[in-house]
Amino acid sequence: MSEKASQTQGAKTGDLEETERVDAGPMRGPMGGGQVGQKANTFGPSVKRLLARMRPERHRAYAVLGLTILSVLANAFGPKILGRATDLIFSGLIGGKLGQMLPQASTKAEAVRALRAGGDTKFADLVSGMDVVPGQGVDFDAVGQVLLLILGIYVAAALLSWLAGYFLNDVVQRTVFRMRSDVEDKVNRLPLGYFDKQPRGELLSRVTNDIDNVSQSLQQTMSQLLTSLLTVVAVLSMMFWISPLLALVALVSVPISIAITGAVMKRSQGMFVQQWRCTGTLNAHIEETFSGHALVKVFGRQAESERVFAEQNDELYQASYGAQFVSGLIMPIMMFVGNLNYVVIAVLGGVRVASGNLSLGDVQAFIQYSRQFTQPLTQVASMVNLLQSGVASAERVFELLDAPEEAPEEQGSPAAAADAHGEVRFEDVSFSYDPERPLIQGLSLVAEPGHTVAIVGPTGAGKTTMVNLVMRFYDPQSGRILIDGVDIAAIPRGVLRSRIGMVLQDTWLFAGTIRDNIAYGRPDASEAEILEAARATFVDRFVHSLPDGYDTLIDEDGSNLSAGERQLITIARAFLVDPALLILDEATSSVDTRTELLLQQAMAALRSDRTSFVIAHRLSTIRDADLILVMEDGSIVEQGSHEELLAVEGAYARLYRSQFDAPEDQPG
Amino acid sequence: MLLRLVRTYLRPYARPLAAIVVLQFIGTMAALYLPSLNADIIDKGIVTGDTGYIMRTGAIMLAVSFVQISCSIAAVWFSSRNAMGFGRDVRAAIFQRVGTFSAREVQHFGAPSLITRETNDVQQVQMLVLLGGTLMVTAPIMMIGGILMAAREDIGLSWLVVVVVPVLAVSIGLIVRKMVPYFRVMQVKIDEVNRLLREQITGVRVVRAFVQEDHEAARFRDANAELTEVAVRAGRWQAGLFPTVLLVANLATVGVLWFGGHRVESGAMEVGSLTAYITYLMQIVMSVMMAAFMLMMIPRATVCADRIVEVLDAETSVTPPLDPVTELPERTALLLEGVTFSYPGAEVPVLREVSFEARPGQTVAIVGSTGAGKSTLVNLVPRLFDATGGSVRVGGVDVRDLAPEVLWSRIGLVPQKAFLFRGTVADNLRYGKADATTDEMWRALEIAQARDFVEAMDGGLEAGISQGGSDLSGGQRQRMAIARAVIRQPAIYLFDDSFSALDLTTDAKLRAALRPVTREATVVIVAQRVSTIRDADLIVVLEDGAIVGAGTHDELLHSCSTYQEIVQSQLTAEEVA
Repeated sequence: MSEKASQTQGAKTGDLEETERVDAGPMRGPMGGGQVGQKANTFGPSVKRLLARMRPERHRAYAVLGLTILSVLANAFGPKILGRATDLIFSGLIGGKLGQMLPQASTKAEAVRALRAGGDTKFADLVSGMDVVPGQGVDFDAVGQVLLLILGIYVAAALLSWLAGYFLNDVVQRTVFRMRSDVEDKVNRLPLGYFDKQPRGELLSRVTNDIDNVSQSLQQTMSQLLTSLLTVVAVLSMMFWISPLLALVALVSVPISIAITGAVMKRSQGMFVQQWRCTGTLNAHIEETFSGHALVKVFGRQAESERVFAEQNDELYQASYGAQFVSGLIMPIMMFVGNLNYVVIAVLGGVRVASGNLSLGDVQAFIQYSRQFTQPLTQVASMVNLLQSGVASAERVFELLDAPEEAPEEQGSPAAAADAHGEVRFEDVSFSYDPERPLIQGLSLVAEPGHTVAIVGPTGAGKTTMVNLVMRFYDPQSGRILIDGVDIAAIPRGVLRSRIGMVLQDTWLFAGTIRDNIAYGRPDASEAEILEAARATFVDRFVHSLPDGYDTLIDEDGSNLSAGERQLITIARAFLVDPALLILDEATSSVDTRTELLLQQAMAALRSDRTSFVIAHRLSTIRDADLILVMEDGSIVEQGSHEELLAVEGAYARLYRSQFDAPEDQPG
Repeated sequence: MLLRLVRTYLRPYARPLAAIVVLQFIGTMAALYLPSLNADIIDKGIVTGDTGYIMRTGAIMLAVSFVQISCSIAAVWFSSRNAMGFGRDVRAAIFQRVGTFSAREVQHFGAPSLITRETNDVQQVQMLVLLGGTLMVTAPIMMIGGILMAAREDIGLSWLVVVVVPVLAVSIGLIVRKMVPYFRVMQVKIDEVNRLLREQITGVRVVRAFVQEDHEAARFRDANAELTEVAVRAGRWQAGLFPTVLLVANLATVGVLWFGGHRVESGAMEVGSLTAYITYLMQIVMSVMMAAFMLMMIPRATVCADRIVEVLDAETSVTPPLDPVTELPERTALLLEGVTFSYPGAEVPVLREVSFEARPGQTVAIVGSTGAGKSTLVNLVPRLFDATGGSVRVGGVDVRDLAPEVLWSRIGLVPQKAFLFRGTVADNLRYGKADATTDEMWRALEIAQARDFVEAMDGGLEAGISQGGSDLSGGQRQRMAIARAVIRQPAIYLFDDSFSALDLTTDAKLRAALRPVTREATVVIVAQRVSTIRDADLIVVLEDGAIVGAGTHDELLHSCSTYQEIVQSQLTAEEVA
């Protein structure tokens, strides 16, 4: 299950995984402060690998680095130079004042001496530390020059940091683009076994949530982390340059901020856990009630359901406002620490200016610095969290990218693909999904061209596995499968599959119109061909009662069609492709028997010159097959026609007598 | 929509909201007072060299800082409570609204989408309300307060602030306006890219079987490229935001020193005010930034609010009667008269002029092809849908005139999809009858042929059931669902293809066990298997939404060709004969 907050979904959200995702979504705000799920296992190497993925953009990345350093430096020098302007003004002011008080003094030294003689030692101290000429007012030429300089610096800084952001954005977006492409590529190259083994929700979460998370955290951390870290260093240097004493005082606020943030985070952690727990419970109730909507109503449980909801909703409220409050404290507290810092600097700096040890402009610069200093510190703290969650997601994506791929195609003989009649031969085939539990062992069979071969047997007998092998979704561990005498391992997968029409029990349809779904295997099919396929497979019969006929959109979870209707559409899809070999794996299990029979008659034409494999629980489906294979535990225990097998009075006869339907204890 | 939603559901929080405004006002003013005190330190302390004054003013600054943080903390407290309370109320409103929906509205929105709206979307809006209490309130106060305080320091220089604020607001506004549409599109593109990936994974077998990998890859490539294109454009504008704000702020500082310097020289302004002015400007700039940050959150929250309001505004197509009939006889017949149902926009109705009667003690079976309208017909009885023509009568009363609770209390529904609820076996049975005793439960399970496997479960009646009942087999789920209906002892049983996952023996035993219990009741069975319905008093054959035959098994075998075909498709020749 996903460990991160979920995205806003588009208007149409689909399948179960979607709701799982919702379920997992903690309330995470920009200041949420809550830790986001698991920490990265191997932080360092993963960060390196993530950075390595930016290699194709390295020139831009270096440019970003250079531009950022320059802009941070420029911004850092600003206040210091600005302070000089203040000093010039202040000096002019004091100079003017001295000129009035002591008209005879023409130099600073004279003025100071005169002041001390007059007993005004305090003022003398102040003046002694300043660059002042008695009687001379503010030198606006000098002030103007300083201000022009700083104007230039600021404009340059802004341009530099804009360029840095501009290029950084390109770097990040292109990197994420490549990552998405690579993942999609990978999905196409993974063996089917990978999809069957992984919990689906997990896999989906990797390719969607995790990539989104990488994208977001890269975008946010890359620019801010770099700028913030550099700013802290630059500003600190400037502060030490101006006044080591004040800098040390300001530095005290760093451990205080870290300690407070840490303490608050620690407290909020527990509360967030509680909040997520409540969210989970409530969401589960919501999901259940909405999914079982009809039952809740008809069984008159609406009131009860609402009572439970109100209770859980209130619990969530109790848990969440506490969590939000505690985590919301960080900002005011950091502001308070900043203010304390400000007060201390104002007082201490004031005393030092008064005693002539520091200029007023420097104090002003210092105040500006100390504000610039605490802000990036808090940012770095929150960035670290974000970065960790991003790297954890990146690791999960890397895991996917590192998964072993399907064995490469042998550059086999595509000639084998040519016009085939579809003799299928299994020669001593063995296969198992799990080495511990052998499934198919030494299976041999021959399906004559044009014949219909039915496979029956209990769940877990290996029927669907045979389909998987013929389609080369899996390759046998030993033995071979031949189509018209050619080992399918030598036929490129695409060529092989394009000659086989497959209809599965799992009726996967994509989000689109019914028409598009029918035409999936042959996007170039004409309208007439699509309609013909739809009529032959009885899709046409129910389509017209749907809101938009063939243009009716199928939801991602297909909730607007019944299982039988979905199956008919998947059959129409295979029908349209007109394949050489037909595989029907429980293709009509949800279709009523009469429609099934009509369907079979319609398909008879389609099947007449083709080999078909039919897997079915319902024995009525396969009664007319040329050959019936009865499978148990991975091997064929009986074979023959319906009548022959009944006469044998063996497994098939038992199965037949227990009547059409399946062993009922088939989970799922 | 966003505004309407927020206004409606924040109304109960007017008082705490007012408290937030007051607190943030005091807090912000305190924060703004600090630079002014700093100016005093410079003008009265430093210039005169009065260390004592510096210290005293420092102490006042400290006190002001405390006031500031106290107010801030209190404001955070109130806004957390408000926002979370708001979220709770909106969730409750949606939940109640969905409770009034008929199956049609649920189908229209889709259960997963309703779930997303109720959970994720509410969270998004709630977050906006939370930040609203902290940032949105302070921003304007900070802005106006900053201007006032600056003006207090020196009215002559306040024109600078008056110029800077709009310049800043306009430049941010321009950038944000450029950016926001891109972000909107970006969200759509992200959803699309994710959907394509999801489809490739869930449909991997089909994609490969139809050799559509290249087609899928091309679709994805396009979507991914489009997403990146939009993200790059959005990001480029975003990159300009912060430097622009900083530049405007810095230019203003330079302006303060230049124009302020002249005023200091002329004696109209004190030198300490220069420093104070610069600090005010920084604070004002910060507040404008915060406002901009909020603005950026609004589009996303708006989309969510729209989706929420859409649910809240949706009217149920099945409205309860104004003057409901609450009296029903003990035993009730079910009568359908010319019932028609059609989806808006559909060419052909799902059901056409369907009429039949099921009297107490009778079993009526409905058979027909996939898509013939069998389930729809069943769903009309408990008013999960309302017929678009004709009437459905229970005990002689049109279901649309009955009080829903009375109607539902008479119905035992076993839906096609045997959905169980999270909890225990007993919890699920109590769903059917809240005060069921242990004996009643075992009795119901026995009738439903579920006793054996429930007894074998760890904990028996108290054994846990996971959501949807996914840890049970299909057949077990169906039998549990049947037990849940049986325990109600309803007047009307509705079995919607409820025996499909049972083997024949169990099916037969179950029907035999049901017979004595349903002797007084009206039973409607939708089924595929002829053996299940063979003994029904009346078999109704549906084809393309209309009745093509009605009668007993033997009658229909002679009179109805569709029925004959159905039978033929299931029984071997010798069995039919």
